[in-house]
Amino acid sequence: MAALPKSIAPDLHTTTLVVPGMHCAGCMGKVERGLGALTGVGTARVNLSARQVTVTHDDRLDVPALVAALDGIGFASQPRGEEMAPPPSAVKPLLAPLAVAGFACMNVMLLSVSVWSGAGGATRDLFHWLSAAIGIPAILYSGRVFFASAWSALRHGRTNMDVPISIGVVLATGLSFYEVLTHGTDAWFDGTLMLLLFLLVGRVLDAMMRDRARAGVDALLRQAASGAMVVGRDGALQWLAACELLPGMVIRVGLGERLAADGVICAGRSRFDQSLLTGESAPVPLGMDGPVHAGMLNLDAPVDVRVTAAGADTTLADIARLMEAAGQHRSRYVRIADRASRLYAPAVHTLAALSFAGWLLAGAGLYHALVIAISVLIITCPCALGLAVPVAQVVASGALMRVGVMVKDGGALERIARVDRALIDKTGTLTLGRPVPDPQFVATLPDAEASVALALASHSRHPLSQALAQALAARGVAGAVLEDVVEVPGEGVKALWQGHRVALRRPDGAQARRGMVAAIDIAGQQARVIPFADRLRADHGEALGWLHAMGVRCEILSGDRGQSVIDVACETGLFARAGVSPQGKLDAIASLQRAGHHVLMAGDGLNDGPALAAADASIAPSSASDVGRQAADFVFMGDGLLALPRAVAGARATMRVVRQNFALAIGYNILAVPLAMTGHVTPLLAAVAMSGSSLVVIGNSLRLALPSRWNRAQGEQARGEGA
Amino acid sequence: MTGLAFLIPVALLMGLAGLGAFFWALRSGQFEDMDGAAARILIDEEEP
Repeated sequence: MAALPKSIAPDLHTTTLVVPGMHCAGCMGKVERGLGALTGVGTARVNLSARQVTVTHDDRLDVPALVAALDGIGFASQPRGEEMAPPPSAVKPLLAPLAVAGFACMNVMLLSVSVWSGAGGATRDLFHWLSAAIGIPAILYSGRVFFASAWSALRHGRTNMDVPISIGVVLATGLSFYEVLTHGTDAWFDGTLMLLLFLLVGRVLDAMMRDRARAGVDALLRQAASGAMVVGRDGALQWLAACELLPGMVIRVGLGERLAADGVICAGRSRFDQSLLTGESAPVPLGMDGPVHAGMLNLDAPVDVRVTAAGADTTLADIARLMEAAGQHRSRYVRIADRASRLYAPAVHTLAALSFAGWLLAGAGLYHALVIAISVLIITCPCALGLAVPVAQVVASGALMRVGVMVKDGGALERIARVDRALIDKTGTLTLGRPVPDPQFVATLPDAEASVALALASHSRHPLSQALAQALAARGVAGAVLEDVVEVPGEGVKALWQGHRVALRRPDGAQARRGMVAAIDIAGQQARVIPFADRLRADHGEALGWLHAMGVRCEILSGDRGQSVIDVACETGLFARAGVSPQGKLDAIASLQRAGHHVLMAGDGLNDGPALAAADASIAPSSASDVGRQAADFVFMGDGLLALPRAVAGARATMRVVRQNFALAIGYNILAVPLAMTGHVTPLLAAVAMSGSSLVVIGNSLRLALPSRWNRAQGEQARGEGA
Repeated sequence: MTGLAFLIPVALLMGLAGLGAFFWALRSGQFEDMDGAAARILIDEEEP
């Protein structure tokens, strides 16, 4: 029995909160129950695909109260802004035409089977009339998708796959209706509807892939929705989104936060990590009046920043302008299905016209010649061809998604399959992009000290502390019990442990200038210095070897300067260019493209944005900046670099299957067209051939569902050659 | 023939009913959250 509604005040409000951290049934249950238990909440309903929860509640609750309640059960959330509403689904408008085509196809087929098996006279007429009554409205309704697209192509003087489809469908329907009126023997409603059904399945699959990938990327983008704490005149703090910041406002940037706007420091001093902006890995110390830029990460202590530029005026905007110009190269790429249809449509129309003329010349009547021309159009309608590309791409992108690579659209798979050069950014792509404590130090730290270090580190939001806590927790250390824990901004964390004074702090004097280090004090012992460094991703050797085995030559293209680039180049054995500006990265890509290469760009930073947009294909880690993730075709999760070769190998496997599918579809046409041109095709034969070829194409594409097969084969090959 | 006169309308009506049910599901938002629908069956209502 449904639970009785709780007593709720009459005027209900509906609030939608974005909860990026939900990803399973357990989370859904916790969020719904947690919100449902609040007084004043009517209903709470989670939408897992959109990572959001819709709450109806009365006046006793407001948005901050709901956010606080979710925070209490461990979920970060924020009210959904207008621009964060999920984009309209591409699948939904296609579902209704698909359902109608499916319904009509089944029922008309049922009637057609009786006609084929010999029904004659009045029964056949009755069945034909029924078929027409079901078929014509259904064809008009379901075919709109194709008619609209064909019409808009023709109006602009172009042709696409939908033009031959629309002409074939309209002519076949007209001819069938004429047959019905004149008590003819053959009506083609079944074949026409089946054609529409298969083609709509192809379209739905294509749209589903785009929706799914976009939902994943949008969830990531929402997670990083940026903003800042604005300090009011009276000292009150208020959270504003980045787009609402105005020059002159003072924002407080906490430890470990990223700046949301350009500005100058007006209180405090700290060090900033600007690797996302420039690729440089060494932190920059800045004090009073120091210029800071959106995207920098605050490393040491909270500072107040007076905003000098926000929104369209920031350094970000320059990069955005570069990106806009860079993206134009890619928009000129023509998808393989469109390239096929450019050749296919004229060929089909010529064949149909030739059969019509040929039969007229051979002395057949106008009606007979027309029937044969239409049967040529129907039999060549690109049923299997329409499925050849989307089915393969959907299956492959599903397989890639399971191994942690998100594909933004099918075109990306086609482009990345052709790459023969890869330019890889250093900080954040080849490396993890965050400080990691020296593994040797972590492994050799005595247990008692390790547990104190973990307990201290877990009390701070400083990036170095968090990295240390993560590494120690991974070693299996349990935190010690501390008393009187105090965090001093810019200094470190201090506490009492079994009566001794302990501290995790920045080292003094000379050591502090050596870049990323921290020191741990335990009373009565000498302070230990913990070196931190941004490390290469663990599997870089295997990943680069695999790429090499596939004939993709890799180079490092870094905005960073000096020793760290040389170190990474030596360790990976790759050619490296250092100190490259965003414009420089664009030029590097353009010169390779002029030399006839297809370039894959892998990068994460804002400075990589233009290059990501300009390259033939691009991939970014999920830890990348918003700009990087938006510009890239692929986004990979996790700490492994194997995603790069996996994406390339998966895309190449997909293109192999797509080419096989084309061969199958065209092979079917080579068999069927002569039959149609000589007038031997009946509606029965058309139906069998059409469904048969479509099933073969789908079956062939499903082979891509096992990524382990192409993964392992290629991986072993790489290891074999590397050995 | 009398069998046909009876069976064909029955088949058509059943098909139409299915189509109608699908349209109703589409309108009433059953296709809004496919991932959630898949996960929802695993929620344990008894657990606090």
